[in-house]
Amino acid sequence: MPERKPRTLFDKIWDAHVVETLPDGTALLYIDLHLTHEVTTPQAFDGLRAAGRRVRRPDATLAVVDHNIATDESRRTGITDPESRLQVETLERNVREFGVPYIPLLDERQGIVHVIGPELGRSLPGMTIVCGDSHTSTHGAMGALAFGIGTSEVEHVLATQTLLQKPARNMRVLVEGNLAFGCTAKDIILAIIGRIGTAGGTGHVIEYAGDAIRALDMAGRMTVCNMSIEAGARAGMIAPDETTFEYIRRTPLGPKGEAFERALAWWRTLPSDPGARFDREVRLAAHEIAPQVTWGTNPEAVLPITGTVPDPEEEPDEAKRAQMRRMLEYMGLTPGQRLTDLKVDVVFIGSCTNSRIEDIRAAAAIVKGRKVAEGVRAMVVPGSGLVKKQAEAEGLDRILREAGFEWREAGCSMCLGMNPDKLRPGQRSASTSNRNFEGRQGPGGRTHLVSPAMAAAAAIAGHFVDVRDYQPREALA
Amino acid sequence: MKPFTTLTGIAAPLPRANVDTDQIIPARFLKAITRAGFGRHLFANFRYREDGSENPDFVLNQEPYRRAEILIAFENFGCGSSREHAPWALLDFGIRCVIAPSFADIFHNNCFKNGILPVKLPREVCERLMEDARMGGNARLTVDLERQVVVRPNGEEIPFEVDPLRRHLLLNGLDDIGQTLQHAAAIDAFEAKQRAAQPWLYA
Repeated sequence: MPERKPRTLFDKIWDAHVVETLPDGTALLYIDLHLTHEVTTPQAFDGLRAAGRRVRRPDATLAVVDHNIATDESRRTGITDPESRLQVETLERNVREFGVPYIPLLDERQGIVHVIGPELGRSLPGMTIVCGDSHTSTHGAMGALAFGIGTSEVEHVLATQTLLQKPARNMRVLVEGNLAFGCTAKDIILAIIGRIGTAGGTGHVIEYAGDAIRALDMAGRMTVCNMSIEAGARAGMIAPDETTFEYIRRTPLGPKGEAFERALAWWRTLPSDPGARFDREVRLAAHEIAPQVTWGTNPEAVLPITGTVPDPEEEPDEAKRAQMRRMLEYMGLTPGQRLTDLKVDVVFIGSCTNSRIEDIRAAAAIVKGRKVAEGVRAMVVPGSGLVKKQAEAEGLDRILREAGFEWREAGCSMCLGMNPDKLRPGQRSASTSNRNFEGRQGPGGRTHLVSPAMAAAAAIAGHFVDVRDYQPREALA
Repeated sequence: MKPFTTLTGIAAPLPRANVDTDQIIPARFLKAITRAGFGRHLFANFRYREDGSENPDFVLNQEPYRRAEILIAFENFGCGSSREHAPWALLDFGIRCVIAPSFADIFHNNCFKNGILPVKLPREVCERLMEDARMGGNARLTVDLERQVVVRPNGEEIPFEVDPLRRHLLLNGLDDIGQTLQHAAAIDAFEAKQRAAQPWLYA
């Protein structure tokens, strides 16, 4: 038998899911798991209904509400916003009519679609996973090929369990060495985006590798993969290893017993072969990554916390200079201002990027025994009902509440400004979410993206601070 | 889907890079359950002031660009969220072609599913087209998908590349679910094989 060409993790998953290749090279790609939510599906189910089609694999489909629901107690007495209510009711009608498994709003497993997929054990290594949501890249942390799709493609997957896709190019981002004290997965991914830019990964699937990636827990890996789309890559992935397998063993719906052993044998074959070819490779030294803060209106506009607001007049490219001026005006910043001098009005710890138990532990460790600064509104929104329950079992909610944080129910919350949790015009936020676009957290809102520890420290200080000066004593021991 | 063959119309200049889908349609307008009516929310944060009145400085509030059918912009157009509401909003406003140096992948895909043609042209060409667009109603552009050219008001023809399969679907207004279902037997066979090898993927 001829020796097989070394393949990447992406190549292997891709090859295992090609149903057919069309004459022009487009593949009909089989989809193993289709996650759905209320915002990007109503028009897709309508399309099925109009064409008299059914959902091909309800068992490979899972629906949950997360985007436009309230995250306070009001959810228990019904959704007040009539449009949001209609969208949720529409999803509920559709899942009943088409037989799709559904996690209702008041179920304790409800949560952000990209938190619950891995947490429940539905997102597994080697799978193809899609969802009508660009942050589907999160599930790549499991060693899966996971990417966001539009509503027409949602309909296509519901009807056929496949997608028409051209293969992506392979890119590897190596983060070598060890992260320095106080630095996290969020700082890694922000530093990567700062390096390669918001379109740096366009047309590629990014595989994250290197010691610093291997050392991350699953929550950290999800944070990294989550923001792949912010670098333009539809998918990011990390080779499955013992950390992944241990995580899956503890999930309620992951394969058990013999099925687990069988699955494990296949999962162990997935990591990229030695000598596999990447179309592009980028290297970062982990120890050079400092805690990051974005200053502009896309995630590429990021600096170490020790930095100062850049001066557009020093930018040689005219188009970039104009964009920087516009960003500074929108963000209400002056060149030369120290990032640590920026006062915050709102602190949001949550979103599919940073709302897992590990993120909440990191925030609570900073906050313990301290108080939120006067005039700052600070909130923690767990990613799922199960994360919330776990945090409460550990007493983290008490630490956060005593410090003055709001402790909320699971949902997308202030990440995207489509539910009651929004910034008011001009308010400045320290946010653990993924997008600092103009108006993302509410019209006129000014978003700075940071890690959970950095957000928690900003809540206490009332302005951005270098979290390395704020770490709890026990972490130093 | 309405076929796209040739379009001659007014082009609006939007000289910005990284126009994200939150700009094209902010999330608070994503609550509708049909595809219709998103046009009035297109670029809502730029088009309307806080009191809801029109912002006269924004290009789509100016004549003749209220009737624009083509949009010219810079790099990485459509980055961010996967929301197909972005092309729906463009289409509902009347825009059927976006010309830019580069597009974000998901938005680029979503355009083709809705009869919108995204045309990739180098930055310097986009800058020239931007100048044409600034001439307003006196400078209509023609986008000819059949011949794969953009025709400038001065008659200059600029060729562009487009994926042949997507071009075929767009020219004929074909919905690809129908196409895929012609491969139903292959999908059945794939599932039978996968179910035997990886039973944990099946309930």
